[in-house]
Amino acid sequence: MSQNNSLFNYILKIADNQLILGHRLSEQSSKGPFLEEDIACSNIALDLIGAANSLYIYAASIQGENKTEDDLVFLRSERDYKNVLLVEQPNTDFAFLMLRQFLFDTYDFYFQQALLNSKDETLAAIAAKTLKESTYHLRHSGNWMIRLGDGTTESAMRLKNAMNQLWCFIDELFEQDETEIALVAQGIAVDSNAIKAQFDNHVASIMQNAGMDIPTNIFMQKGGKQGVHTEHLGFLLAEMQYVHRSFPGVKW
Amino acid sequence: MNSLKLDENQLIENFEAKLAKNEMIEPKDWMPEQYRKHLIRQISQHAHSEIIGMQPEGNWITRAPSMRRKMVLLAKVQDEAGHGLYLYSAAESMGISREEMLYQLHTGAAKYSSIFNYPTLTWADMGAIGWLVDGAAIMNQVMLQRTSYGPYSRAMVRICKEESFHQRQGYEIMTVLAAGTPAQKEMAQDALNRWWWPSLMMFGPRDEESPNSAQAIKWKIKRETNDQLRQRFVNQTVPQVEKIGLIVPDKDIKWNDAKNGYDFGEINWDEFWTVVKGNGPCNKTRIAAKIKSHEEGAWVREAANAHAAKINKNKAA
Repeated sequence: MSQNNSLFNYILKIADNQLILGHRLSEQSSKGPFLEEDIACSNIALDLIGAANSLYIYAASIQGENKTEDDLVFLRSERDYKNVLLVEQPNTDFAFLMLRQFLFDTYDFYFQQALLNSKDETLAAIAAKTLKESTYHLRHSGNWMIRLGDGTTESAMRLKNAMNQLWCFIDELFEQDETEIALVAQGIAVDSNAIKAQFDNHVASIMQNAGMDIPTNIFMQKGGKQGVHTEHLGFLLAEMQYVHRSFPGVKW
Repeated sequence: MNSLKLDENQLIENFEAKLAKNEMIEPKDWMPEQYRKHLIRQISQHAHSEIIGMQPEGNWITRAPSMRRKMVLLAKVQDEAGHGLYLYSAAESMGISREEMLYQLHTGAAKYSSIFNYPTLTWADMGAIGWLVDGAAIMNQVMLQRTSYGPYSRAMVRICKEESFHQRQGYEIMTVLAAGTPAQKEMAQDALNRWWWPSLMMFGPRDEESPNSAQAIKWKIKRETNDQLRQRFVNQTVPQVEKIGLIVPDKDIKWNDAKNGYDFGEINWDEFWTVVKGNGPCNKTRIAAKIKSHEEGAWVREAANAHAAKINKNKAA
């Protein structure tokens, strides 16, 4: 794989995570448990989609051929999307969606922090902006973990259920393939292994405050980074892409 | 008894003197009970409109046809939630709680703008809503920046800034569609056809049938009548329709030199009252969706309160 191809695919992996999680959160707009939280979630969804957009613009510029960010978002199909399985899981209750945020936010905070040191200047610049946002995303979802874990019997039970459902997607966050390892060696990509301990520590400390146990002996699911997704992603893309695809090549 | 009555007369006199000097009424000032009631009704209705208005537009966030449009729409829906928040706070300053206002909304005791009881069927509806619905709302809101109640007036100043951005983005969506392929142009015209008349209805009944208007103008809550604002909206919008090559769906539209404005056809008032009374295409689904998210959020609010109570207890101990 050429250098440009590796970089292109790496950027898409980062962008797809941000977009798909932002999309899931944007589905909740106007459905929040109270108005202030609705505003917070819409705002975070917008941050995620905005960060994805900057990355797609960069990826499109590497791809050339007059491609745009919209081509990458609206014209790739299920197998081309390389987001992790965690972010595509459909919204069920608030505990589930906020835990999904928290797990991703924790990963993303340390990921963006490490990406600041990338030798690729554009990636480092995008990371600098994204990190500011990731910092308050993490504070927001972390506070909710404690509120829900410590709040009522019901909220603790719901959070525990969510843990049992989502924990199986954790290992995939840190999975690296050969091209990614090569980019790490060049100082471009983040070495996910190096941020795993930070992730584990932060999650453990918040969950301890929340009075939550971290599940053990859970079989870890993977596949998103190879484009082998859960069945949920196809429906998400169908909804997201249908207007754009119904009118090929027009301006919006 | 007599001295009390005198006091009340004196208070009314002071209140009216302030209005006459165009001074703002502030939350701690004395105000007639009817003034308070009128404003609580109007501000909460306005807040509810922002909140219910998130639904028809939120409906298209996941389907917006480009990244730019998606981000702008998401930001717009978020702005509306923010407007709801300022307005609930302004109403709270008159002594009603948010819970009480929500209860009134959920039980149908409080109204919201009927425009949001129409469905958003195509992407072009996002253009039509921004352009026409926000455009009509701005006519009202610009006037309300000079309303006599301080917190309401200040909320309006901020809201107007964002609304004019909303209107521009709506018109831009329509401009691009109207200049696009025949299918896109048709989508734009269809959206205009469906949203034109409901937008004119947003200004409310004709002046002679608007029972609260006279009092609201006397108290400087409103400064112009429904019909004046509606006429101004038509005058402003017709040239915008023509500029992008669409057709106003009203065969009676005609420039009238004598009144320096457009004549326009009769609004279907039966439809207006049908929707106001709860029988529009989406009245029931909008409220049902609002109640559903409120009920589904109950355990979240309880958890947050329970946690906060534990923290406070620990601090006190």
